[in-house]
Amino acid sequence: MSELDFDPRGYAGELDHREDHAPGDEPVESAGHWIANANLGLLFSVILTVAAFVLAGTHVIYGPAVPVGLLVLAIAQMGVHLVFFLHITTGPDNTNNVLALAYGILVVFLIVIGSIWIMDHLQQNMMPMNQLMQMQP
Amino acid sequence: MTDHPLPAAVETVRRVREDPHRLGHRGHGNEGPVEGAGHGETGPARKRIIVGYGFWIFLLSDIVMFACLFAAFAVQRGATAGGPGIKELVDIPRVGWETAALLLSSYTCGLSFAATNARSKLWTQVFLLITGLLGLLFVGLELAEFIGLAQRGITPQASGFLSAFFGLVGLHGVHVTLAGMWLLTMMAQVQLKGFRPEIVHRLICFNLFWHALDIVWIGIFTIVYLMGAVA
Repeated sequence: MSELDFDPRGYAGELDHREDHAPGDEPVESAGHWIANANLGLLFSVILTVAAFVLAGTHVIYGPAVPVGLLVLAIAQMGVHLVFFLHITTGPDNTNNVLALAYGILVVFLIVIGSIWIMDHLQQNMMPMNQLMQMQP
Repeated sequence: MTDHPLPAAVETVRRVREDPHRLGHRGHGNEGPVEGAGHGETGPARKRIIVGYGFWIFLLSDIVMFACLFAAFAVQRGATAGGPGIKELVDIPRVGWETAALLLSSYTCGLSFAATNARSKLWTQVFLLITGLLGLLFVGLELAEFIGLAQRGITPQASGFLSAFFGLVGLHGVHVTLAGMWLLTMMAQVQLKGFRPEIVHRLICFNLFWHALDIVWIGIFTIVYLMGAVA
């Protein structure tokens, strides 16, 4: 048995409100608290999902703005999932989780925005493929 | 140096100003550091915290991998090589059903963990089973979609766009399939071993994984399908 297995309270279900918490975990709460959390998460998710499908299927807003609206709804729903299902909070007991998340988001944005940016410029500035083929010996 | 300590009120004000949340020294009020909280003074954090945090790091790396595929999809979106574009692929009602199945499964997964915390074996198993069935429904719908596309000659090797499409959506489908196998394993372990600490740790990780899959699906149904439909 490693040192890490040492659990002074010897019981996996017991969390202390004064310690750091891993994602998906919370200080000891009644089952009702977890169910209320899940209910709220489902409610917000359903609202945002339905809004996204309605937005894509109708012409309620200015056409070119629809993709932006869809992205906003998606990011909002990801936030709802993080808060209500993964239990990421801004409390001091969650500092490590939030820092890891922030770094993850940074890398995701670098990859996605960077790829789109570079490849778009490449496509605009590169010689058309048929000319490029003719230049080959 | 005098041996007189600062008055308690002054000491408190200084401490709060320097470190309002008392990060790394927590223990509210006058209580000392907590055993097993991992704040450096009482030894390493408890295993439950280490396991959950480590799995969170894994999930973030998994999400970075999906970000690479999202980037590839965004770049390859127009590279149809004369073949079908995204608009010809999208079947909005099917995507709606897939989304509903996965979202509801995320909900029942959360309920299963509520039951785990209440140490109710029956309800944990019931909600895990519903989660698994909804996941199966999702994978089935996606498989039917891919088979239908293949029958129309729309396969990954047809164009750069289709490679990126099947790569991104397919990898998510593979994730859901593997998570479904993990779910069956967890149901067996809960049944046979009960709520031992390590089983609860695994249930925490499984919950995190399942919710993360739903987060990736939000990106897919928005960026691939809905934005493809309005393009």
